[in-house]
Amino acid sequence: MRVKTVRLTEIANARAGDKGNRLNIALVCRDPAHYPALAQQVTAERVAQVFAARKPSRVVRYDLPRLAAFNFVLDDVLEGGVNASLGLDGHGKSLSYLLLAAEVEIADGDGA
Amino acid sequence: MVQVAIGAGAGFAGDRTDAPGPVVADLAGFSGPRFLMFETLAERTLALSQLERRRDPQRGFNPALERFIGPILGRCLAEQIRIIGNFGAANPRAAAARIAALAREQGLRAPRIAVVEGDDIAATLSVADLAARETGGHILRTAQDIIAANVYLGAGPIAHALDQDADVVVTGRVADSALALGPLMHAFGWRDDDWDRLAAGTLAGHLLECGAQVTGGYFADPPYKPVAGMADIGYPIAEVGADGRMVVTKPAGTGGRVDRLTVIEQILYEIHDPAAYLAPDVVLDLTDVAVEETAPDRVAVQGARGKPAPATLKATVCIDGGVLGEAEISYAGPNAANRAALAAETVLERVRRRVPHLTVRTDAIGIVSVLGSDPGLRADAFAPDATDVRLRFAAQSMKAADVDILLDEVEALYCAGPAGGCGVRRRVTPRLASASCLIERAFVAPSVAFVGDAACA
Repeated sequence: MRVKTVRLTEIANARAGDKGNRLNIALVCRDPAHYPALAQQVTAERVAQVFAARKPSRVVRYDLPRLAAFNFVLDDVLEGGVNASLGLDGHGKSLSYLLLAAEVEIADGDGA
Repeated sequence: MVQVAIGAGAGFAGDRTDAPGPVVADLAGFSGPRFLMFETLAERTLALSQLERRRDPQRGFNPALERFIGPILGRCLAEQIRIIGNFGAANPRAAAARIAALAREQGLRAPRIAVVEGDDIAATLSVADLAARETGGHILRTAQDIIAANVYLGAGPIAHALDQDADVVVTGRVADSALALGPLMHAFGWRDDDWDRLAAGTLAGHLLECGAQVTGGYFADPPYKPVAGMADIGYPIAEVGADGRMVVTKPAGTGGRVDRLTVIEQILYEIHDPAAYLAPDVVLDLTDVAVEETAPDRVAVQGARGKPAPATLKATVCIDGGVLGEAEISYAGPNAANRAALAAETVLERVRRRVPHLTVRTDAIGIVSVLGSDPGLRADAFAPDATDVRLRFAAQSMKAADVDILLDEVEALYCAGPAGGCGVRRRVTPRLASASCLIERAFVAPSVAFVGDAACA
């Protein structure tokens, strides 16, 4: 099977949410057919690598196959959270796009 | 079969104030019981309201409530669309009085306004009591003074107020989802241990609580995620059956989109473990939830399951966090990145001399700022050819004078920094530090009072 490399943003949606210093990112397959490929490649370890600069203390992936979606929970990546961060995005709202910049391999000709 | 319709008029305090109009127009054409909810109380907002109330006992509620409900109050009263909102913030009674006055000013019949109280536990528990119940941190151990301590109340008091014919229910801190679950418990008579129903109502509230975030707001990313009509995006309406099944939709003729993808993004918004989303009334399990597009802009949602409510209630406790100081300056044209980097070095060197303990963050907006998190970044290293660099400096301190020194140093770049610096803006904002506590239910006594009753004078 031929494969091609795509950035997640081409095949998936993501939304970030915050609670204190904890971030969650929902990753949703636009085409549920991509769910198995993402389940295999976008592991908690992989996401921890993507966020390595923010030094997550813990990354957990929850699987929602009925929704063709994943929920990632990253601890201690928000520089203390909205009440403590000195950055412009204390909520971490933009961090969904840090994940969406990651690359995955999918079957070629597979509706990206 | 009776269906209940709940519309969302606002998803946060800064939301579009003309959003409720089309929602109310749609609800008016709905045959079953109908409700309009407003969620305007973010975590910090309540503490800021509490500070306002300390300055003026007549304030401390969300003043945006006038702009939100002023234009639709008359039609809601005429069409029996009952309003539930947490715009009471730190002073639900003052908010209720303001709504009563709004009705008088508009020549409307006097609405029956209920006030839900009991979320404020600052007088019930001492700082030490709260510190002993803090989870995920220890900031309360050394705290002197609490600005606000509020429990997230459940849907029970809202349902109770509606049982007593409230036209408007004003709350302070309640779980956002309770703003929808309360009306559903009232309309369907759901018991407070009917976990799957309570879970469905909590999910309905969760889908509605952020307003347009489920109808195409905070979603658009063309060409991958196009959304038509964003300037007139329709706010959501959930049509819920007695069995807990629901359809999410939006008013006819509005912009936005409601489909599988917009709904799923909101289902998982701010969720941690999808099998255990803790609410005051129930633990919501989302793992078997399914969504189905049944018609254009109509999505059926079902499969929420509930587990017994948590033994404790979550409270947010806010204390003084000092001030945040921010200052910006721009450099443009040839060699802008180098000049910006020199400006940053100059400011940091002078601040180190004057307030050595102050941590300063430096951003180069447009190059490395939002996703980057390196305090010592060098704009010239990241984008040596940049011709439009906006530097941003930020620091936080319990002493306002410390951050003023940083802001003064940035401003001083005008005459003493690199060539061509321009557009300095500086700002100091008060900061709050917040902690989460788990509070035993025995310490919390929710209550309902009505405007005009002796108990609510």
